[in-house]
Amino acid sequence: MWKRQSIAAKREQRWAWLMVAPTIIGLLVLNYYPLIQTFILSFSKTKTFGAMEFNGIQNYTDMFATPEFWKATWNTVYFCILTVPVGIALALIVAILLNAKVKFKSGFRAIYFLPMVCAPAAIAMVWRWMFNGEYGIINTIINAKVNWLTNPTTAILACAIVAIWSSIGYDAVLLLSGLQNISKTYYEAARIDGAGPIKQFFSITMPMISPTLFVTLIMRMMASLKVYDLIYMMIDQTNPVLPEVQSLMYLFYREAFVAGNKGYASAIVIWTILLIGVVTIFQFIGQKKWVNYDV
Amino acid sequence: MKADSMQSGRRWTTALTYFFLIVGSLIMIFPFLWMILTSLKSLSESMQIPPTIFPAVYYFSNFKDALTSLPFGALYFNTIVMVFFRVICAILFSSMAGYAFAKLHFRGKNFLFTLVLVQMMMPSQIFVIPQYEMLASVSLTESLFALVFPGLVSAFGTFFLRQSYLGIPNEIGEAAYLDGCNQWQSFVKVMLPLTGTSVAALTIFTAVFAYADLMWPLVVNTDINLMTLSSGLATLKGQFTTNYPVLMAGSLFAMIPMLILYLIFQRQFIEGIALTGGK
Repeated sequence: MWKRQSIAAKREQRWAWLMVAPTIIGLLVLNYYPLIQTFILSFSKTKTFGAMEFNGIQNYTDMFATPEFWKATWNTVYFCILTVPVGIALALIVAILLNAKVKFKSGFRAIYFLPMVCAPAAIAMVWRWMFNGEYGIINTIINAKVNWLTNPTTAILACAIVAIWSSIGYDAVLLLSGLQNISKTYYEAARIDGAGPIKQFFSITMPMISPTLFVTLIMRMMASLKVYDLIYMMIDQTNPVLPEVQSLMYLFYREAFVAGNKGYASAIVIWTILLIGVVTIFQFIGQKKWVNYDV
Repeated sequence: MKADSMQSGRRWTTALTYFFLIVGSLIMIFPFLWMILTSLKSLSESMQIPPTIFPAVYYFSNFKDALTSLPFGALYFNTIVMVFFRVICAILFSSMAGYAFAKLHFRGKNFLFTLVLVQMMMPSQIFVIPQYEMLASVSLTESLFALVFPGLVSAFGTFFLRQSYLGIPNEIGEAAYLDGCNQWQSFVKVMLPLTGTSVAALTIFTAVFAYADLMWPLVVNTDINLMTLSSGLATLKGQFTTNYPVLMAGSLFAMIPMLILYLIFQRQFIEGIALTGGK
């Protein structure tokens, strides 16, 4: 009996190893080896024919001495500031509206979700056209002549508008699933106690939705600190406004695959990860003040 | 009296709710409408000031121009191959690993699962250069395999399906075991079919994100015949910098396959992504 048990346990273990093997080997080859490589590369200099040479913290000191790098860091943070609060607030409003008793609810939900199933490349294309300074429909609508994509202040604003438009539906769906978990009895009790809609929002909806809101916020923040495809499609590499708008990941792409400075590019990506890490840690510290888990 | 004012108050709230939902929907739909309308205009009409809303003359040759300037057949094929294999790999390997992590006992389990969790937290850009170098060192860039490569395994899929296996009571597996199934059989015949909803969600999630990916296909395949719809579109942008009717036609071609799937499986798309959400 004892022995059979252990044979069975051994067999189970062999099966388990076999079943996790493809994933684990894949992760080691595709992710963990590259992770170490990127780290090493960030301390190396690219030479001709792809040879590398250790050069200490040179890449980092070069990076910190480059205004373009600091500008890209600021652009990334600024993009995050422009998109995340407004995007999440609008998504919350959409979620609350969708949570109300409305007809055609799933139709509305499908419409708001639409950008999610479209390639950012295609979405950016039409927005480029709408923001076109000469013939764009947006200038016609607002009856002005703004060179949206060739002026540094408006170019990043235009990218932010597209990013918000693209993400509202997705965030709203996540928040909506949080809202649907709130029991209606809370609102009934509040109504009996004479609490108005605004009071209800702040004393029931907000605390109850805060855990979902926090997850959505973290996710949106990480995504916007990694922004690349949208800006790449909206702002051409030949656009003179590029240095004023490019994000860290855009700079990374250009350094690694256009200029061929793989070591320097690796330093940029390590920096970006540290930035994301620090922002996320602050989020987790800050959440204690507003996220309510005991419901 | 009081009931009356409450009733009218509620009617106002409902009216406002519809009003904002409809205005929002119009903002969401307008870019798509504008894309279609522009794709049907001649170049000179598209640059008319003030712009016409509906095309004065319906002009279908933009679609022909888009088709002749980009090998859309190849782009569709490459995208489908990439999405298909990424989805298959994610489902197959993640189901196996997810099951093992959830239901089996083995040495090194916690450590190996930590590897999965840590990978999930890292942005994919950190892997891009070495992944590219790896492929280049065996001359596998400029290939269909290169498009699939980063998606051969999925840490997120493993994590996500593990959750789903954890939700299945152990007794079900034990019953199968007592009926004479070995671990593999009880996994394939009994447990795997119970995770259908999660597998569907993972399929949609993987497909949508693979389809949207731009940096990797752009980097790894520079031959236009090996590009995906996304990276091909980025190339079209360079060719027709100002010919927006053709660019809109091309964008429509790139969007249509996913849009059709979305129209058919709308609920599954939204619920699947909500389920995988919070990643």
